[in-house]
Amino acid sequence: MIEAQDLTKRYGDKLAVDHLTFRVEPGRVTGFLGPNGAGKSTTMRLVLGLDRPAGGRATINGRPYAELAQPLRTVGALLEARAMHPGRSARNHLLFLAQTQGLPSRRVDEVLDLVGLREVAGKRTKGYSLGMGQRVGIAAAMLGDPSVLLLDEPVNGLDPEGILWVRNLIKQLAGEGRTIFVSSHLMNEMAVTADHLIVIGKGKLIADCSTREFISRSSEKSVLVRSPDANRLADLIAAEGGKALAQEPSDGQAASLSVTGLEAPRIGEIAAANRIVLHELTPQLASLEEAFMELTAGSVEYGGGETTVAGAPPAPSADAPPAASAATPPGGSQ
Amino acid sequence: MTAVSPPPPVTAAAPPAPLPARRAGFTGRLLAEWTKIRSVRSTAWTLLIFVVVSLGLTGLLTWLTLHSLNNGKNGARDSGILTDPVNFILGTGLGLGQLAICVLGALVITSEYSSGTIRASLLAVPRRYPVMLAKALVFAVLVFIIGEIVAFCSFFIGAVLVNGQTYTLHGSVAGHAVTVHRTLSVSLSQPGVLRAVFGSGLYLTVLGLFALAIGGLIRHTAGAITAVIGMVLVIFPLAGLLPDSWGAHVHAYLPTIAGQLITQDKPTAGQLLSAWQGFGVFCAWTALLLAAAIFLLQRRDA
Repeated sequence: MIEAQDLTKRYGDKLAVDHLTFRVEPGRVTGFLGPNGAGKSTTMRLVLGLDRPAGGRATINGRPYAELAQPLRTVGALLEARAMHPGRSARNHLLFLAQTQGLPSRRVDEVLDLVGLREVAGKRTKGYSLGMGQRVGIAAAMLGDPSVLLLDEPVNGLDPEGILWVRNLIKQLAGEGRTIFVSSHLMNEMAVTADHLIVIGKGKLIADCSTREFISRSSEKSVLVRSPDANRLADLIAAEGGKALAQEPSDGQAASLSVTGLEAPRIGEIAAANRIVLHELTPQLASLEEAFMELTAGSVEYGGGETTVAGAPPAPSADAPPAASAATPPGGSQ
Repeated sequence: MTAVSPPPPVTAAAPPAPLPARRAGFTGRLLAEWTKIRSVRSTAWTLLIFVVVSLGLTGLLTWLTLHSLNNGKNGARDSGILTDPVNFILGTGLGLGQLAICVLGALVITSEYSSGTIRASLLAVPRRYPVMLAKALVFAVLVFIIGEIVAFCSFFIGAVLVNGQTYTLHGSVAGHAVTVHRTLSVSLSQPGVLRAVFGSGLYLTVLGLFALAIGGLIRHTAGAITAVIGMVLVIFPLAGLLPDSWGAHVHAYLPTIAGQLITQDKPTAGQLLSAWQGFGVFCAWTALLLAAAIFLLQRRDA
């Protein structure tokens, strides 16, 4: 288990990590989400004892990282930046790490097999692709068969096959009861990997909940309605206090509406009461991407001043309610 | 595409089966540092340059100087080869070869910072200072072994060239023509010679650690190498120009100025420190800088 309590890191006047408190539980994949520059890597470095916090503390299985006698046997870490000498072979990189922990050298071959790099392990890492470098990093993290893993952007630079491999590995490791803490700025990647999410923006905690809860809680839900009598239905929905947005009809299909403010059952009842034929009535779950942008846009407003966060929508006009304007238009993305 | 995957069944936090447990301790750290230092080509290349430059220049410069003496070029007499041949032999090749040790000492630590290996190292040893101690120890042993071999080889190469050479020098003293016959002879059994040769290896070892400490403080390869070589070749020798007796004292106590005393078989006139005192001063400087490097390693973000 990883615990951070009131963790704070300051660079000059800028708070890179702002009083973060969270827990990463074993047995599941915890995604660590935030836009670039949100403080994800810094937080991981604080947990790993590489950086000194300005305040607060972080523990792994109840102890600060620096107090672990043979830390690689407890914690495996893949850092965002490559952490190996380009002129040293992958095998020698792993070998020296193994030697510091008193691990037998056959363990080096085992992790090389695990990441599929045995054939090239004797070559200097300067010739490795980004993806191969990531694999060496993952091998290093797995060296001590740790019960806690921190992976900073593990799918960076991997091809689709590699991404799938990392995804499955992470899930398998969590299934074995290990604590898995994975950072990413790729929301969709987290949607398929993480069971639980810790979301930060500008160093502050924004959300700490299950992935499913995160999406449903933070995002405006919409309902897709398809009907040959869409215009009449739209008026009726408006009369009931809902909001219907006509959408481009696709070829050969009835006109569709994107409805917000009313639940699907209520829309069905309205249609039935007015004898309107429905071709489709589908509750739309917002994608994690949308939920994430909505939340981080809010945190930016809360932080004041800046308005650009990793593809967030433009700043709201002064009279519009912030939540509505920050949300992606319903149905506007797939 | 569904947005969420169902959470896997949570097993009751069963930790994975432990690997064969063996306390690594400091031996493990030493082994790791040995693996690091031997597994990059820069180590072998720098040491090869050290050996070739030291031995090659010792032979070449000794031979050239003797040759010009034979041809009656009096300028060669100023080289000191007649008055102190041992110092000439040990000072020429090793004087330049020592720069390779400076480079390697700095590189051993700064390459960890430039490549990011330092993060892997500190994750493995989060108490940090054992990394620097193990690195210093492994590097010192390596430089000591190679340094002693090269120092003794340099001496024997020089001795072969110098021994038995006879010179007839013509000069005038108080208006009378004087002729001096001189046969050069050096051997380890002469007073101070064994200490000077062995001391050359010791000096190189501490010089390597001195460069390592500077590298640990500066953390950038180019900056550290420039700083070390600038000090050894320019700043410390130039301090000899400082005026008065305080200037002489400052100069005498500078790291490599003091350290080089152990490589000289005969004391020079007005020498403030003995050979071993000088070496002690050099060791003290180096220990101080290593302590500062370790102190900063503990405090700084990696």
